[in-house]
Formats: sequence, structure tokens, C-alpha cells
Amino acid sequence: MTRRSQASVKRTAPAAGAAALLEQTWRDPPGLVGWLSAINHKSIGRRFIVSAFGFFVAGGLLAATMRLQLARPDNHLVGPDLYNQIFTLHGTTMMFLFAVPVMQAMAVYLVPLMIGARSTAFPRMTAYAFWMYLFGGLMIFAAFLLGMGPDAGWFSYVPLAGPDYGPGKRNDFWAQLITFTEVSGLLISIDIITTVLRLRAPGMTFARIPLFVWAMLVTAFMIIFAMPAVMLGSTMLIMDRLVSTHFFNYAEGGDVLLWQHLFWFFGHPEVYFIFIPGLGFMSAIIATFARRPVFGYPAMVMSIMATSFLAFGLWVHHMFATNVPELGKAFFTAMSMMIAVPTATQIFCWIATLATGRVNFRTPLLFVLGFFFILVIGGLTGLMLGSVPIDLQVHDTYFVVAHLHYVLIGGAVFPLFGAWYYWFPKITGRMMDERLGKWNFWLFFAGFNVAFYPMHHLGLAGMPRRVYTYPADMGWGPLNLLSTVGAVTIAVSVLLFIVNAVRSRRHGAIATDNPWGASSLEWAAASPPAAYNFLAPPVVGGREPLWEASKDVGAPTYVTGLALDVREALATTPLDARPDHRYIFPQPSIWPFVSAVATTIMFIASIFSPWAIVWGSLLVAVPVTAWFWPKRAETEKHLALEKRP
Amino acid sequence: MNAIQNALQSAGPQAAQIEQLWWLTLAVCAIAFVPTLGALLWSLWRAPRATEATPADTAIVSQPERRTRSVVVSAVVISGIGLAFLLLASVRTDHALAQLPLEDALNIQVTGHRWWWDIQYDDPDPSKIFSTANEIYIPVGRPVVITLLSDDVIHSLWVPNLHGKKDLIPGQTATMQIRADKAGTYRGQCAEFCGLQHAFMAFTVTALPAADFDAWRAAQLEPAAQPTDEKAKRGEQLFTSGSCMMCHAIQGTTANARMAPNLTHVASRRTLAAGTVANTPQNLAAWITDPQKIKPGVNMPAHHLPGGDLDALVTYLGTLK
Amino acid sequence: MTTNKRLSSSPAGRIPGNVTPGGALDVSGLPSYAFGPRSLMWWGTLGVIAIEATVFAMMVATYFYLRSQAPGWPLGVQPPLLVWGTVNTLILLASVVPNHFTKHAAESHDLAGVRLGMCLCILFALAFLVVRIFEFRSLNVAWDANAYGSAVWTLLGLHTVHLVTDFADSLVLAVLMFTGPLEGRRFVDVAENAMYWDFVVFAWLPIYAVIYWAPRF
Repeated sequence: MTRRSQASVKRTAPAAGAAALLEQTWRDPPGLVGWLSAINHKSIGRRFIVSAFGFFVAGGLLAATMRLQLARPDNHLVGPDLYNQIFTLHGTTMMFLFAVPVMQAMAVYLVPLMIGARSTAFPRMTAYAFWMYLFGGLMIFAAFLLGMGPDAGWFSYVPLAGPDYGPGKRNDFWAQLITFTEVSGLLISIDIITTVLRLRAPGMTFARIPLFVWAMLVTAFMIIFAMPAVMLGSTMLIMDRLVSTHFFNYAEGGDVLLWQHLFWFFGHPEVYFIFIPGLGFMSAIIATFARRPVFGYPAMVMSIMATSFLAFGLWVHHMFATNVPELGKAFFTAMSMMIAVPTATQIFCWIATLATGRVNFRTPLLFVLGFFFILVIGGLTGLMLGSVPIDLQVHDTYFVVAHLHYVLIGGAVFPLFGAWYYWFPKITGRMMDERLGKWNFWLFFAGFNVAFYPMHHLGLAGMPRRVYTYPADMGWGPLNLLSTVGAVTIAVSVLLFIVNAVRSRRHGAIATDNPWGASSLEWAAASPPAAYNFLAPPVVGGREPLWEASKDVGAPTYVTGLALDVREALATTPLDARPDHRYIFPQPSIWPFVSAVATTIMFIASIFSPWAIVWGSLLVAVPVTAWFWPKRAETEKHLALEKRP
Repeated sequence: MNAIQNALQSAGPQAAQIEQLWWLTLAVCAIAFVPTLGALLWSLWRAPRATEATPADTAIVSQPERRTRSVVVSAVVISGIGLAFLLLASVRTDHALAQLPLEDALNIQVTGHRWWWDIQYDDPDPSKIFSTANEIYIPVGRPVVITLLSDDVIHSLWVPNLHGKKDLIPGQTATMQIRADKAGTYRGQCAEFCGLQHAFMAFTVTALPAADFDAWRAAQLEPAAQPTDEKAKRGEQLFTSGSCMMCHAIQGTTANARMAPNLTHVASRRTLAAGTVANTPQNLAAWITDPQKIKPGVNMPAHHLPGGDLDALVTYLGTLK
Repeated sequence: MTTNKRLSSSPAGRIPGNVTPGGALDVSGLPSYAFGPRSLMWWGTLGVIAIEATVFAMMVATYFYLRSQAPGWPLGVQPPLLVWGTVNTLILLASVVPNHFTKHAAESHDLAGVRLGMCLCILFALAFLVVRIFEFRSLNVAWDANAYGSAVWTLLGLHTVHLVTDFADSLVLAVLMFTGPLEGRRFVDVAENAMYWDFVVFAWLPIYAVIYWAPRF
């Protein structure tokens, strides 16, 4: 490599010029093609968050329909076929298209800012992952609207979802949706892990990583080891249905419970992909609104890690009613109880933080307080479900519906709404309205409890899950009606949120860089951040960089020497975040989008024919190669900056 | 709320053990919940107020925060003890559930179908084996061992007043042991999503005093009553010469198929179609004419019989007590 | 080869919070790429390896789970023929040689060596892909015959997908090494491709044992 480049690197530049040049270098290209080519983590993060919220609303409308049908006994609003599709799509949407992706979306946006970086590690790959997620979600909703929606539940048990009892392509669409979302989730996880381990600001040692970033790092690792199980399972399901394999066909040596093991080995950790980021939000928000760092940082980090390990040892508690060996079940009861310990530790540390801090009661904190009430109840009913005898009564009843919504909404959605109120100023440059925010919170809190608390009683009183109606003489009518009233209230509260967000975007109070007086690095960037995040990438000297002076006496405080006209950033060492080398990020490109389109064609076609895998691979190979293939002009620029290791 | 499909209205030792564990667990959970939320609310009430401009207190983490630490550690330790206690209670209940004395147990085999329950009473003497559908009768005070099989997809047998549920898994055999100590009729429902009419796959378990049970069983062993009047005779003829016999069995006639509920004593059942509608002549006529209107998706096709024929068939079936 | 680097010398702009403006950390002298765990690509490749290893592990677990539920194993058919699987194992192990030669050439910035090595690797890839066809044909069971057949075909099929992607990656890289445009980072890509190649070869060993030897015990 002896070629010297004539391409010039901007050398000295006054500060204002530097900012303008950096902005030009890091921003999205213009126009529609530019929008499709964008790879800036904030651009991808924003559209990812908005898409996930869109699926949340869609899933909520499905839920509202279910609640309207169940509001009265013997109701005929929705018949059994449509109802079964609706509850399947509600669960599938909320779990695969909202809850997990939205957390990844928040990470894609926030993590680079929080660690003082300008990008995630693999921005083109994350763009591809976003498009795959979106296309998969659009596919499943298209199938539903065409009357081909999956109808075997979000967990798609065999043999019901198999070739004998699930005719047509309904459950193939479900299985392929899994492929889309798993590809997306896995690729983003690789990006997040590499970002957190290699792109942290100098001086941000492991002990100085913000708790939210820890949460996303741990979640990403969990995803890598858990998602393959369901990828494999859903592939086996498609194969059983399409090419007559016999994985789940007991008549030819297959096993019905194999599906459940593979699904729940993924499925239980999955709820922690949703819950652990929520825990990350909690720590970020509580520290800021209690005006002190969270108590017990080492315990908090170890609790997150312990939770993530234990999460892999619980899955059989979803199968207590099957005939897996009884002794095995007792082991899973023990593990299910044990996982409460790290969560309890975190809860007590947060209460200690609030007790020894000074409290600023703003909307983000209200949502966080909602967590304490709702999640704790959900966790306690979880202990009940972890006990085999109790589970045998309440499994597959509305008691479980109550439990799962208490933990997911209390543990993840309330912190998420708090996070949206908290980071909205950073993302948009405007504050959300406090008064609407408080109304949003109280309506959501009240509506949630009215909707879901009665379900505990319904389950104990014999009401099973997944029933499209029920007889009048069971006496379940009044509580169901009450639950529906709660559901409608939730819908109103979400509408308030949408109104607040839309209005505030245009008319909200202008936000300063750090409107909440918070401590982490994203609050050092502008609101909204420039395309390049930080003009002078920071050097970190403590755990709360914006609250205290550097603990590294005499250390530098910012990074210089990075190019202004090329997307150059600093890679640091994994443990100590010492500067290691300069890394040049790829330019925006249309190829991730085109590759996602090609992959989508391959995945959808393979629902109908196995040969699609063959010609589809060739179709995908072309844009993927173009994605990687270097451009001459860019290579010249890189050569001008090149220095061998 | 009903008392007949209710986990907190136990009518036998299995459900009673579970109910006891439930109340104990609820108590322990309440004991955990109240102080935790109390501590939170007390902290919020007591803590000084701040705004965004209030300087953050970073000095606090450089202090040992001993008191806070000991409170948090104590709370975690107490939680751990509570969890261990719940684990112990759960395992003990597990153990108790497996200890139901099984001398002189009644043996029943339940096969789940979409969307009805095939119930076979087993006996060492093959001539004493009989089948019925959707209604289980058991003697009070005697253990019952239920073998669970499935003909198609996963179902789950759940009669909460008597016990927790157990799944019926195709290709596998499971068992459940119950005992009713109180006479009465308890309702159950399939508790594993099994398709279109999962919501209408109910069954009952009726516990009778021993003598009444023996009488019931003897009656079940009897073949179908021979029709005496003309209309009923015509009905029987329609049944055995038409498509009914291709799926249903009536002991004592030539109808011997096992693909659909056994109808030998259908007139003594309270409901039709696994708890979907009451067993009345009008409902039966409507069901025969078009089952898809009452329970869309069932395997039974429509039979649009001429009026006289339908009446005869319904009359005949009405004699099968 | 270093171009003169000038700094954006002004520290103006965002400096975190209330930290007093301190010194600048000038990183312009750092290398612009690095090999092995220093490279970001290494971590990305490792992430993919972790995922794929988990997929293989789950499939092997599925194989043994089905076996534990079966009355006999393999289910009423003969185990696969040993010859082609063993031949391919040897070819795969042998391919490690040109693979590591290529890796060392890349780390030494030896373009001629890289070009030669990649061509050799491609030849090995063609060989093991062809032999893989014979492996499928000598499994002695169809994928739709029974669960054992389904499991064995899927296990072999999953590994084959990796052989195909490895071949495709290597082919694209090989062509690029001849046509350019080239820069130092492309050597890192070659070195990381070698790591992935190693994974595909070494992951095969337990899979080979499961497909070919496990049914014989």
C-alpha cells in the first residue's frame, strides 16, 4: 500500500468551521434516496423508536378489540376465527414488534451518546436490521389484513400450529416473522456489544459505564444466546409444514414438547430482554430526579448480570402442566424464586437512593414510581406462578394474563414512557408538557390497574385464557366489563401521550442541553445532538461526568486529531477504554435497504417454496456484495489518513 | 362469581392443599409488598424536594453509606429468607399432592379431541368398560386415577375445585390423581388453546355418594333402551342407517364408531357439545340440523332432515337415558 | 506512510459539564486500523460466531433430545456412510493450512501472499462443497422419512450454509484483492475472514461426530 492520496484532509480550521464540516460529514444525505441510505445512529434510532411505537399502538388496538368482545358474556362482536387471529397478533406484535425492538431502538439512539461516541460500531448493519424488522412487521400485518393472519397464539404450540391442524400459510407467516425479528435483533445485539466494548470514550472504564449502558450490554449478550433457540424452532416449524420434516410429528419419532423446550428456552430470557432495559431506564431516571448517583453501583451491576444468567434457567416453569419429570420441575421452582433476589436488590437500592436524595417530582419520575407499585405486584404473582402446585391451578388462566401485564407494563412500559418523557428533549430539542404528562401518567396508572387487577380474580375463579367468549352463568361478566373500562382508559392515556408528543415537537419549550441536570454524557451534547454528537469527543474521568470533576488528575478532557471530513472515530480498549486506534466508519449507503428488500423477498417467497432459499440467496448476494464493496474515492480518502498498526 | 369452577372453593384434598399454599403465599407476598411500598412512600414523603437546578450530591458515594447499606442488605436477606420459605412450602405441597392414597382407585381414561372429551371407565373385566362423553362421574371419598391422552392437539384437563390442570399431549400419556370429598357437580374447561372452539370445550365432574355412583355406573353399563313407540323406532332406524353411526356409538345397536361422543345415555346429559348449550329437544334438533351454527368448526356436518325424520330422531335420542 | 496530520486545534465546543477545560488528547498518531481483537471487525465476527455456535449447539441438543425419546436410534435406518464425511473432515482440516497462511500474509501486509492464499482457500472451498454433496447423498435417510432424518439433514444443512457463506465471503474478498480498491483495512477483513473460516472448520468436528459416529453407539 504505497499509494499516497492527493485527497486533502482539512487541517487547521476555526471552531465554527470545524462544526460545520463535521456536521456535513456525519449527517444523512438529502432526498428520498438519502433518507433510505441514512445510517447515522440517531436517524436509525428515531425511525426505529417511531416504528416500534406504531406497532405498540396497533397491538393496543388489537387488545382493545379483544376487550370489547370480552366485555359481556356470549358476545358476538368478533367470532372465534377473527378473535384467535387477533389475540395471536396482539401477543406477537407486543412481544416481537414492540417490546424487544423498542429497547434496542432506544439503545441504538442513546448508547453512543452515553459513551461519548459518534456512532455505533456497525451502522450499516444496524440500518439493515431496522429495515428487516420493519418489513417483517409489515408482512405479518399484511397477512392479517388479507385474512391470512396466524391463529395459533403468539407461542404457536404444535401440533396446533403444525401441518395437520394449521392449514394454509397462516402459521408460516408467523414463523417467518420470527426469522425477520430474530435476524434484526441478533445483528443489533452484535452492534451494541461491539459499540459498548470498543467505542467508549477514553477513561470510561468498566466501573464508569452508566447503568443503562450496562443493562443494554447484558441484554445484547442474552439475545445472542437465547434467540437462536427460537430461530431454530421456527425454522423447524416451517420445515415440518413446507417440506414434511418430522421434528414435531410424534408418529415419526418427533416430539411435541420439543417445540415448547426450544420456544421457552428463548421465551423466558425474552421477557428479560424487555425487563432489563427497563431496569436501565429506572437507574438513569432515578439518579437524575433524586439528585444523587444510584446507591450501590457494584450491586446494581452484579444484579443485572445475575438476572441475565438466572433467566436461562427458568424456562420449564412455562411447562409445569406437561408431564416433564416432577423433580425437574422443582429445580425450576427454585430458580424462579432465586431470580427474585437480584431484582429485589435493585429495588431496595433504588428506594435507598430516593430516601437519601432530594426528589424532583417530574413526569419521568412518576412513571418510575409506577414501576414500584406495578412491577412489584407482578413479581410477587410471579413467585406464585413459580410454585408448581399454584401454577397448576392458575396456569393458562387470566391470572397469568394479569401477571404478565403487571411485569411487562410495570417493569418495562412504565419505565419506557418515563424514558420517553426524559429523553424527548434530547431527541427533539423540546420539552414535553408537564401537565399533560401528569394526566398521561395517572390515567395510565389507574387504567392499567382497573384493566388488569380483576384478572387475578377471574383466573382463580376459573376463567381460562384465549377464549373468545364465556357463558353468562359463570359470573365472570362484571369483572370483565370493569377490565374493559380500564382498557379504554389506557387507550385514552396513550392518546394523551401522542397528543403531547406531537404538540411538544412543534410547540414545546425549547430544551437546553441538560434540562434535567443529569450526569451522563448524552446531556453534554446539544438538544438535539449535532449529527456528529460531540464536537470534541470527551475523555471521561468518573462515573458521573457531568456532575463531578475528573478523578484522573492531570488527564486530558477531550479528544482531538480526528478528521473532520471523513467519519473517523476513536476505538478504545475493552476494559480500560484506553485509546487504541482510529476507526473510519462507512458512508451512508442504499445497499443495506436494498439488501433488506432482497432478503424480505427471499423470506416471504420461502414461505411458499423451499427453492426460494436458493435463488433468493443469489438475489441477496448482489446488494450485500455492493454494500461491502469499497468505493475508489473513499479508499483514496482513507489512504490519506492511513497509518499502519 | 361461580363456585363450581373455582380454585378457591376446594372440594377435595388436592385442591385443598393448593388452596392452602395459595393463602400462605399470598400472606407472605403481602408481608413483602406492604413494607416495600411503605418504605418507598415514606422515602418520597420525607425526602427534601429538589429541582433540576439543585446541585447533585456526588460526595455521598465516596462515603461508606453504612446505614443505608445495612438496611438494603437486611432487606435482601429477609427477602431471601422469605423466598426460601416459599420454596419449602411449595416443595412440601408438591410432595403432599403426590401422596394421595390410591387404594381402591377408580381408573378413568380421558382422551381429548377438538372440542370434546372422550371418557372411558376402565375395569380389569373388559365387559365392564364403558365410554361416555363430557361428563365425568366419580364416587365421593374414593381416589380417581385419570389417564390423559390426546387424539389431535394439546388440551388441558382442568377442574379447579378438585385439582390443578394437566396437559393432554398427543403421543404421550399423563396421569392425574384426584379425590372429591364433597358431593356436587364441578365444572371444568380445556385450559390449553386448541383452536377455533377452545372456548367451548367444557366438562363436568359430578361427585356422588358411593351408592349413587354404583347405581349410575350400573345404568351406564346397560345398553341403550329399546325404543317402544313408533316415532322412536323410526328414529333408531334413521340413526343406524344414516351417517350418524359413522362417528357415534350407541351400545346395543350396530353403531359402534369412536370418532365422536358416545351417545348411549345422551339423554341423561345436562349439556350438548361439551357444555355449549343445554340438552333440550329444541337444542338437539338445532344441533343435528346444523352444528356449525352453534359451534362453528366442529367436525360434525349439517343434516337437513325432513321435519318428520328430525322429530323422530330427536325423540329416539331422548329415550337414551 | 504517514501524512502530516494537523489537528482541529481549538478546544471550543462541547466540553462535558462543569469540568474545567483541560488538555487535549491527540489521537492523530494512532494507527487507522488494527488486527485481531484490536479490530472492531473481530468483535463483529466473534458475535456472529457466538450466534452460530449457539445454533449448532441447540441443533445438537435437539438431536440428542429426540434420541432420548426414541425407542431406537437411528429410527429404523442405517447410520450414514463414513467415507464421505471423513474425507470432507480431512479436507476441512487441511484447509486450515492455506487459511492460516492467508491470515499471516494479511497481517504482514503481503498482498501477493494474500492473493495466493485466497485462491488456495477457494480451491479447498470448492472441494469441500463438492464432497458435501456426496455426504448428503450417503446419509442413508431422507429428511422427510422420520425425525432422525429431519435432524440429520438439518444439522448437515446448517453447516453447509456456513460452508456456502464462507465460500461466498472468501470469493468476494479474493476478487477484491485482485481488483482493488485496496487499503490497509482490507487486510483486516482478510484476517477476520480467516477467523470465521477457522470457526466453520472447527465447529464441524463435533457435528461430524454427532452425524457419523453417534448413531453407531
